[in-house]
Amino acid sequence: MSFPWAKHYEPKSGFTKWIDERLPLPRLVYGAVGAGYPVPRNLNYFWNFGVLAGAALAIQIVTGIVLAMHYAANGGVAFDSVEHIMRDVNGGWFLRYAHANGASMFFVVVYIHIFRGLFYGSYKAPREMIWLLGVTIFLLMMATAFMGYVLPWGQMSFWGAQVITGFFSAIPVVGDTIRIWLLGGYAPDDAALNRFFSLHYLLPFVIAGVIILHIWALHIPGSNNPTGVDVKGEQDTVPFHPYYTAKDGFGLGVFLFIFAALLFFAPNSLGHPDNYIPANALQTPAHIVPEWYFWPFYAILRAFTVDFIGIPAKLLGVLAMFGSILLLFFLPWLDSSPVRSANYRPLYRIFFWVLVADVLVLGWCGGSPATPLYVIISQISAAYYFAHFLIIIPIISRAERPTPLPNSITEAVLAKKGGTSPAHTALSGSAVPAE
Amino acid sequence: MVRAIAILIGAGFVAVLSWALFWSIQGVITDPPAPTAVDEFHLHPKEVELASNGFFGTYDQRQLQRGLQVYKEVCSNCHSLKHVAFRDLTQLGYSAAQLKKFAADWSVKAKQFDPKSGDTTERPNTPSDYFPTVYYPGTGNPPDLSLITKARHEGPAYVYSLLTGYRDQPAALLKKFPDAKVPDGLYYNPYFANLNIAMPPPLTQDGQVTYLDGTKSTVQQNAKDVAAFLTWAAEPNLPTRHAYGLAVLGFLLFFCILAYGAYQNIWRDIKH
Amino acid sequence: MASGNTLEVPRQDEPHHDGEPRRRDFLNIAAVAAAGVGGIAIVVPLINQMNPSADVLAQSTTDVDLSKIEAGQGIVTSFRKQPLFVRNLTPAEIAAADKVDVKTLRDPETLAQRTRGQKNWLITLGVCTHLGCIPQGITSGEDRGQFGGYFCPCHGSQYDTAARIRKGPAPKNLFVPEYKFTSPTTVTVG
Repeated sequence: MSFPWAKHYEPKSGFTKWIDERLPLPRLVYGAVGAGYPVPRNLNYFWNFGVLAGAALAIQIVTGIVLAMHYAANGGVAFDSVEHIMRDVNGGWFLRYAHANGASMFFVVVYIHIFRGLFYGSYKAPREMIWLLGVTIFLLMMATAFMGYVLPWGQMSFWGAQVITGFFSAIPVVGDTIRIWLLGGYAPDDAALNRFFSLHYLLPFVIAGVIILHIWALHIPGSNNPTGVDVKGEQDTVPFHPYYTAKDGFGLGVFLFIFAALLFFAPNSLGHPDNYIPANALQTPAHIVPEWYFWPFYAILRAFTVDFIGIPAKLLGVLAMFGSILLLFFLPWLDSSPVRSANYRPLYRIFFWVLVADVLVLGWCGGSPATPLYVIISQISAAYYFAHFLIIIPIISRAERPTPLPNSITEAVLAKKGGTSPAHTALSGSAVPAE
Repeated sequence: MVRAIAILIGAGFVAVLSWALFWSIQGVITDPPAPTAVDEFHLHPKEVELASNGFFGTYDQRQLQRGLQVYKEVCSNCHSLKHVAFRDLTQLGYSAAQLKKFAADWSVKAKQFDPKSGDTTERPNTPSDYFPTVYYPGTGNPPDLSLITKARHEGPAYVYSLLTGYRDQPAALLKKFPDAKVPDGLYYNPYFANLNIAMPPPLTQDGQVTYLDGTKSTVQQNAKDVAAFLTWAAEPNLPTRHAYGLAVLGFLLFFCILAYGAYQNIWRDIKH
Repeated sequence: MASGNTLEVPRQDEPHHDGEPRRRDFLNIAAVAAAGVGGIAIVVPLINQMNPSADVLAQSTTDVDLSKIEAGQGIVTSFRKQPLFVRNLTPAEIAAADKVDVKTLRDPETLAQRTRGQKNWLITLGVCTHLGCIPQGITSGEDRGQFGGYFCPCHGSQYDTAARIRKGPAPKNLFVPEYKFTSPTTVTVG
C-alpha cells in the first residue's frame, strides 16, 4: 500500500475479476496480509505476537459463542450451568477450559506484543495512532476479561465484581451512586450478572473492530523492525505472503502447542480454587485476588495505603491504577528520542529491562496476600513504574547518546550475517542444488 | 510541555508512594506483625499417590468404587454431592441394573412437588437423578463435595490430609498462643485453614468401612479412596481429557515440525 | 544498498514453480494440509456441542403406571419433553379401529401393529404429524373428531381410535414410540 514497489492485486480468472470490480475484498486482503504488503525482511519472532493475538481473539470469540449456547446468566443457576457444561454437554469441558485458558493465553501474547513495542520503539512517529489504538484494545480486553470472570458466579467471580465495582465508589460525591447504577443493586446479583454477560458478549466484537483500525493504521507507515530504521527500498522488504504467513504459521503451531499443554494437562493451574465454590454474598474468601493478568495493577492499587494532603488512600489507589494504564496513551510524546530500537539506546535498554523486572515484581506482589512486606515491595515497585514512564523516559530520551544506526535494514542484516556472498540458507541436509 | 507536566505528575506519584512507604516501614518497625497460630502450625497437605496424577493419569475403577462406598457410609450423612448424577456412576464400572438399584436404595429420596396439591412428596431416586441434597442442621456448614478437590489448593491431597490429620492440639501451640485453645465443639486439624474444624473426625478406626473387594480397610486407605472418588466427582472427564491431550499435542508437534520446515524452505534464499 | 544485488528478493509471482512442484515444495503442501486437517478436527467439538447433552439423553426413558387408567380414559404424560398419550381403548373403540380397511388409509397400519400385544393400550406421542401441535381428545370431554380418536385444532387433522390419520393435512399416523411392558401395569417407554 504504502511502498511504490508493493505488488498490486491482479484477478486471474473471469470470476475473481467480476468480484474485484464489484467488491474488491480479495484486493483488500491481498494488500493487508497478502503478497501486496511489503514487510521488513529482518523481523524477529517477537513480531509473531500480533498475529497470535488475533488468533487468540478468534479462539475466544468462537468458544465463547458456543459456551453462550449453554450458559444461563442468572444468579440461581449460573454456577450450575457452568458445571452442566463441564459434565454433560458434549465436549463442554474442552470448550470451557479452552475459553478460560484462552483468556490467559490472549493476555500472555498481548503483554509480549506490548513489551515488544516498548523495546523497539514501535509507538514512535509515525506509528503513534497504532499505539493509541493498541492501548484502547488493551483496556477493552481488561474490561471484557473482568466481566467474563464474573460469569461462572463462583466466590471469586462475586467478590471480584464487588471489589472492582468498588473502585467507582472512590469517586468523590457521586461514587456510590455510580456503583449502584453499575450493579443495578446494592451488591452484585442477577441484574449485574445479566448486564456483564451482555457486555461480555458485545465487547469482543468491539475489540475486533478496533483491531481492524489498528491494522489499518499499521499499513500506513508499514511495520517497524528490530533496527527501528525506516525501510529505504525494495531490497529491505519481503512480501507478507508467503514469507510472513509461513513464519506466522510456525508461530501459531508453537502457540497452540503451549495452549493445548495448558488446556489438557493443567487447566485449573491459572485459576483460583475459590471460584469452584458457588457465590456466597455473606462470606468473603480469605484471600481475594484477581486473575494473574491483573496482578501488577492490583499491586499498584494496594500500594496506596495512606491519605495524602486530604486525598483518601482509596481514591489515590484507584487513580494510580487507572493512571498506570492511561499514561501509556502519552508515551509517544514522553519519549522524544528519535531512535526507535533499544538495540541502539544503551541507557534506555537498561531501564527497559528494569521495567520488565519491575512489572514482574508487581505481579508477584499483586498475587500475594497484602501483608506488610508485600505492601512495601509494591510501594517501591509502583514508584519505579510511574518514575519509569513519567520521569526517566522523558529525561533519558534527551540525555542519552545512541550508538550508530545502520544505514538500512539490509546493511544491518548483512552485518549480522557477516556475509558478502549470497550464502545458501536453505534447509540443512537438503541435496537440492541452488538454481 | 507534555514532558514537563509528566515529570511533575510522576514526581507526585513518587512522593505519595514514598509517603506511604514511610508509614509502611514505620508500621513494621513500631508494630511488627506478630506471628499467629495459623502461621506457625498450619500444615501443607501431604502428597497422595493417586492413579489420576500425572500426564497419563486415569482413574482406578476399583478404587473409585471403594471411595464411593466410603462416601456413602461415612460422608453422605452430612455432605451433598449435588453435581453428580447416579447415571455418572457407570464410569465406575457399574451396570445399568446395579445403578438403578443403587439409586433406588439411596437413603435420601428425591423430592417431588405436586403443583396441584402444593405438597412435596418423596420418591426413590432414578439413575437420571442427581445425588439429593443433604440438609444439615448441626454446627458448621458441611460443604457440597462435588467440586471439593477443585475448590481447595491441591484438592486430593487436602482431602486425604484433612481426613487423616486429626490430632490433639499440640502443647507447644498452647504454650505460645494461650488464647488459641480449640473452642468447644470444634476439633484441631492442622490441615484446616484456621486449624479448628467443626467436622468431628469422620474416620476413627480401621475397619469402619468393610470393603466389598476385600481390600484391607484402614483409615489411611479409606481416606485415600475417598480422595480418589472425590477427584473423580469433581473432574469425571479427566481420562478423556488426558487421552485427547496426548493426541492433540502429538499432532501439534508434527504440525510445528512441518511448519518450521516450510518456513525455512520459503525463506531459504532470503537473508534475515 | 550497495549489496542489493546479492540480496535481490526473488520474484514471488510463481515462487519456485518451474512447471512441476519441486520436491521441497512438498513440505509447504504438507504443512498447509496438516493445518487443514487440524482446522477440520477442531470444528467437530464446535458442532457436536449442540447435540443433546448427557443429562438430556439420560431422561430418554419414562415409566408409565397403567393401573389407574380406566377403559375409555387416557392420560398425558411426558416423554423426552414431548406429550405422550396413553389411552385405554374400550372394546367398541377397538372394534371400530379393526373394522377399517387398512388399504384405504393414508398411512396403512393395523391397530395390532400399533400396539404391543395388548390391543387396548394405545400409546402414541401427542404430537400431530402435520406441524407439531398437540391434538385434542386424550382427556375426556375434549373434541375427538369425527373418527372418535384425536382432533388437531391447529389445521384440522382427524385421527381415529388407533390414532391413524383419517382426514386433514397430517401425512402420518401419530408416532408410536418404542416401549415394553415391564409389569402387567407398567410400561417403560424409550
